[in-house]
Amino acid sequence: MDKSFSQSFEIRGSVFIDAGKASTEVKTILKQLGINSEIVRRVAIASYEAEMNVVMYAKRATMNFEVSSEKISIVVEDEGPGILNIELAMKEGYSTATTEMREMGFGAGMGLPNIKKNADSLKIESEVGKGTKLEFVINLKEQRVPTMSG
Amino acid sequence: MTLSEVSSMLSCEVFCGEKEMNTIIEYGCASDLMSDVLAFSRSGAMLLTGLVNTQTIHTAFIAELKAVVFVRGKRPDKDLITLASEKKIPLLGTQFSMYEACGILYKNGLVPTMESITAKSSNG
Repeated sequence: MDKSFSQSFEIRGSVFIDAGKASTEVKTILKQLGINSEIVRRVAIASYEAEMNVVMYAKRATMNFEVSSEKISIVVEDEGPGILNIELAMKEGYSTATTEMREMGFGAGMGLPNIKKNADSLKIESEVGKGTKLEFVINLKEQRVPTMSG
Repeated sequence: MTLSEVSSMLSCEVFCGEKEMNTIIEYGCASDLMSDVLAFSRSGAMLLTGLVNTQTIHTAFIAELKAVVFVRGKRPDKDLITLASEKKIPLLGTQFSMYEACGILYKNGLVPTMESITAKSSNG
């Protein structure tokens, strides 16, 4: 079966009511493509965390989602404040979230670690005052055991 | 246990998903932090939470949870019930607190979804 597929989503910052729409759509598409359910779950979780990060911190972003027979790649490029210290942001529990973000059930410093946990590879490029580009890949060919380490 | 058994143990009101009451609930998890649910839950789990907003429903859909039970008498509004119905996530509500609701389900054999930390607590 040819699984090649790509789609772009626009995500608006601070629009909490729409937060999660892109990722739920990504999940629905992957299920329709007949992708293994454990992989679908990992992609959906990583994509949802990335989407929430945009809604919470950035002005806007584009989420590009691409499926090939080998892998699923998601690139989220935002216009926003950028990340001052990526190493620190990758630490579980580190957060700069506001009360409003926490009231949504997010902003507990689990976002980037959660993305890393579910992805086979994760790249973050960020420029303070401009924005952040997040790229993660989940392989379709080899199964892996997700871990929180590394 | 089935969702119907959960409902009767916690004297639940069913807001949507009446047709899914025979669903088997394999694990229980309880949190108001959706990131924790995304990080530590397993598909097939049911979520107990006091967080009543769209992120609860999206999290349940994304993490493949079987149902959501709102604790302490919290009630979802119409929009939330519509969203949950679209995503086929049964929503229930109980008057019990999170602590009591968890205790009742645990005592009746519902196993946790999150890994036990008893033997491996660390400072990070």
